[in-house]
Amino acid sequence: MELTREEEESLNGEHGESLQTAYRILSAVGEATDAERLVPIHWAHVSGVNYNTIGDAGEEFLANLSKNAKFKVLTTVNPMGYDKDSVEKFGLDENFIQKQESIRKSYGKMGMTASFSCIPYEIYDLPREDTQVSFAESNAAIYANSIGHLKTNKESAFSALASAITGKSPYSDLRKDDSPSMSISMKVQDPNELTFGLLGYFAGKVADKSVAISGVKNLDKRCNKSLCASMGTSGSCGKFVLDDNSNASEKVDFDEKEMQNVFDELNTADSGDLITLGSPQLGLEEMTDLAAMLKGRSFKKRCLIFCPRAIQEQARSLGYAGQLESAGCELLSDCCTCLTPLVTKKDVDSVTTNSIKGAYYFKNSNGLDVNLKPLSEIVSDETS
Amino acid sequence: MTQKIIVQGKVTGKVLKSNQPINFLGTIDKKTGEIIDKKHDLYGKTIKDSILIFPNGIGSSVGAYTIYSIKSNNVSPLAMACKKVDLTVASGCALANIPLFILEPDEYDKIKDGDEISLG
Repeated sequence: MELTREEEESLNGEHGESLQTAYRILSAVGEATDAERLVPIHWAHVSGVNYNTIGDAGEEFLANLSKNAKFKVLTTVNPMGYDKDSVEKFGLDENFIQKQESIRKSYGKMGMTASFSCIPYEIYDLPREDTQVSFAESNAAIYANSIGHLKTNKESAFSALASAITGKSPYSDLRKDDSPSMSISMKVQDPNELTFGLLGYFAGKVADKSVAISGVKNLDKRCNKSLCASMGTSGSCGKFVLDDNSNASEKVDFDEKEMQNVFDELNTADSGDLITLGSPQLGLEEMTDLAAMLKGRSFKKRCLIFCPRAIQEQARSLGYAGQLESAGCELLSDCCTCLTPLVTKKDVDSVTTNSIKGAYYFKNSNGLDVNLKPLSEIVSDETS
Repeated sequence: MTQKIIVQGKVTGKVLKSNQPINFLGTIDKKTGEIIDKKHDLYGKTIKDSILIFPNGIGSSVGAYTIYSIKSNNVSPLAMACKKVDLTVASGCALANIPLFILEPDEYDKIKDGDEISLG
């Protein structure tokens, strides 16, 4: 990858340690993706905020980095481990809270916009079409490319962090060429958001960087988010297009059989001890919709709803937050289902959710069984 | 043997080879270096001091922190080598200073689990 003189100097450490670290990361990524140069990016969204995922090594790295580093562009951040308004209800130890607080401070010192959300695309206005951004959270990267018409690679926590510090990213992969190399034909009838989650998980496994999906018309927000999140979990694919006439060379079907295979891989229980909604976090549209579905009903089990703080505030002022709470939901902000330290084996054996991404990490990271159901069934089965 | 060096380094060691991609977050215990995903073909093995060879990284962007953590916790492989290097593995190895290589496809296929090899 060709660097300008200033970039070269930064890589050699002439402009400080933090810029050197950032350029070292960008150089490796540029090399790995055959980039010829770096291009400016206008928005970075970083992951690696939850102490549960980055641990002591991550916390120390950020504390050290934040002594000198400053974000050069708008930098939003992923969810952290808990909602400070309700953290005492969950029995997290003092060490966790202290380390999480240190991580929050480090990002604050570097100049973050305190979104603590995996759905920045539902909180902030999107820039104009084809703007280069750098999104690490995989569902957000896929959403930005596929629905937001922005340009990002499926960034890593460090590549997005390096982009936040330098305002640049290697010009390669999806930034340069996002034409699909595979077309998946959706053959499952009457799909809901869980079906699209299963499709996304399948697509992530078989597709390369970009995939066309045929046989699907318009998707509502819940289905779109479910598709983005599961695709990001299982593979390295960073974009989909709904296209019945794709000229992609490879064609694959997604029918009942493929769907069942993915379902059997992730669904391990017939019922859950607890319900979680939101991975990705719920946006205002989904909260409003859920409040309507729950009218006159109440959950028979504990139900945790994860949403961004900005969305919770809006939902509260519009009355939906109150309606959800009356139906027995607990609203949690600044954190998410995915990799939550709040749901553990100590308290439950299994979780009911409609999130494929949530299911994957509940199984692998939390060691819990998962009962997968679409939201409509969760409401009909779990409320009275 | 190598098609491309992503992170410089010279290593000799025993190959731990997987035929499955790796999502570093959720697949590897960052404290012990053990593969904890029961569905993974390396389940129960440790990546510590191996030359870890796998097709490519997948999944979570935070996997880069897992790579950094395994190095900080002294349970990292000596090096990694892939068919295709994704951004998570490239950036994680760059920051952790774990040598990282892209292998020629036929060389990649020839290397067997347990082989003693040198890279770099």
